[in-house]
Amino acid sequence: MPIARDNAATLFAEGGAGTLRLIFYLALSITVMVVDHHAHYLRALRQMANLVVEPAYRLAALPADVARATRTAVVTQDQLASENRELREQLLLAQARLNRLDALLAQNQRLKGLLDAQHNLGLSVQFARLVDVDLDPFRHRIVLDVGAAQGAQVGQPVIDAHGVMGQLVEVLPNTSVAMLITDPTHAIPVVVERTGLRTIAYGSGATDTLELRDIPRSADIHGGDKLLTSGLGGRFPAGFPVGVVGEVSTDSKGMFIAATARPSAALDRSGEVLLLQEQQQPYGPPAPQEMIGPPAELAGPAPLENQAATGRPPPALSRAAQAGGTTAGASGGMRETSPKTSGQQQPMPPAQGTP
Amino acid sequence: MNRMRLQNWVFSGSLLVAFLLQLMPLPPAAEPFKPYWLGLVVVYWAIETPERMGLGLAFLLGLAGDLLIGELFGEQAMRLVVLAFIVLRFRSRLRFFPLGQQALALLALLLNDRVVTLMVRGFSGEAMPPASFWIAPLVGMLAWPVFYVLLDNLRLRQRAAD
Repeated sequence: MPIARDNAATLFAEGGAGTLRLIFYLALSITVMVVDHHAHYLRALRQMANLVVEPAYRLAALPADVARATRTAVVTQDQLASENRELREQLLLAQARLNRLDALLAQNQRLKGLLDAQHNLGLSVQFARLVDVDLDPFRHRIVLDVGAAQGAQVGQPVIDAHGVMGQLVEVLPNTSVAMLITDPTHAIPVVVERTGLRTIAYGSGATDTLELRDIPRSADIHGGDKLLTSGLGGRFPAGFPVGVVGEVSTDSKGMFIAATARPSAALDRSGEVLLLQEQQQPYGPPAPQEMIGPPAELAGPAPLENQAATGRPPPALSRAAQAGGTTAGASGGMRETSPKTSGQQQPMPPAQGTP
Repeated sequence: MNRMRLQNWVFSGSLLVAFLLQLMPLPPAAEPFKPYWLGLVVVYWAIETPERMGLGLAFLLGLAGDLLIGELFGEQAMRLVVLAFIVLRFRSRLRFFPLGQQALALLALLLNDRVVTLMVRGFSGEAMPPASFWIAPLVGMLAWPVFYVLLDNLRLRQRAAD
């Protein structure tokens, strides 16, 4: 039985719950949802409301931070010593491996030089810390403590010490939200390290499983194979570990092989992560050559007949070259920004459409 | 006058704490067990002071929740409006239920809330959540008596102190 209260019935403090009101608010929320589903203005709204949203995130993360700090404070020296020893051993191992890699890297550079390849192995990263906030246990999102002010951009890959974790889908001024590779709407192009087989690893919705669907039956893949990013799609650079293949079976129709993989990254444990900076894309046309010669201002305005007579038109040509250079630069800039804009329009990686 | 102000403090304080609890992380293994705190607070205030917790406020709280936590703007608004509507409709009965029975009614409410969520996510094309999605309403039911007594105590103590 509804409560009849006809006096103080203002919009936000009405006592009753009439069916008409219910229908009104339901219709309103459905409208809001439909519009947001198509226009994605929640992100824009969150950008505007960041003065409230960011402090709320930090405040909610406070207890977890305090708990971690207390754990560090009360940990015994014994434990610290053993942890220290362990880390030192790991460092030694990593150092040894790095030394060997250095030689390989030098060799690789030499060979690349011979081949005249532009592909760059250099890697610039940015350190980020997880803000311990739970957005929804059934959605695979993490909040990081770097944002637009620290140079984060939508679409940047997020990795940890063991492998790829995901990519940034939303950047606020001082925080950012990343989608993990296990999110059901995420897909990452991978290559099987042993055979070079290219495929796509889809998120499964469980933090410890990736799905590899639609692999041809003739393909050579079995449990224990390592998956690396293939670099196709341009979002994730090539060569980062993604996961290890677990179970391999035929799919329900019997036409393809379906496999599961376990992510390499510690998706549920990492406290610190690395953001990969945007890198020069290794494909596309080379940059236009710089015009060599005296600057155009020095030459001064020369009469056209003169140029025609000498057959060497330095000012006009250099100006034209400059114009060409700027247009080429603009198109180059467009090529660089296009993945970003597409990333903003839809959170899914562009790789999904280009298997 | 003073009492009113204190009441307001408890009211807005409980909402604030619910938002923070909703954001606060649990250990990964315990994450599916987190109850829908925002829903519990809305249900409590709808039962106790319906003149304050109307559908409009539930809607606004849902929008705020979406701003903080959500993926689709309006999802929580819809959930909270449905929750508040059912509670306000059956308020006169719910109020006089013994605590255990109230908790059972809340379980039904929260399960319904999960169904609404599932519907919204299904329509927006999200993947179906795993089976552990259905654990949270049970935890919400178990948490309800403690939650109810705690908030009641806070509210009534101030009335007594006045």
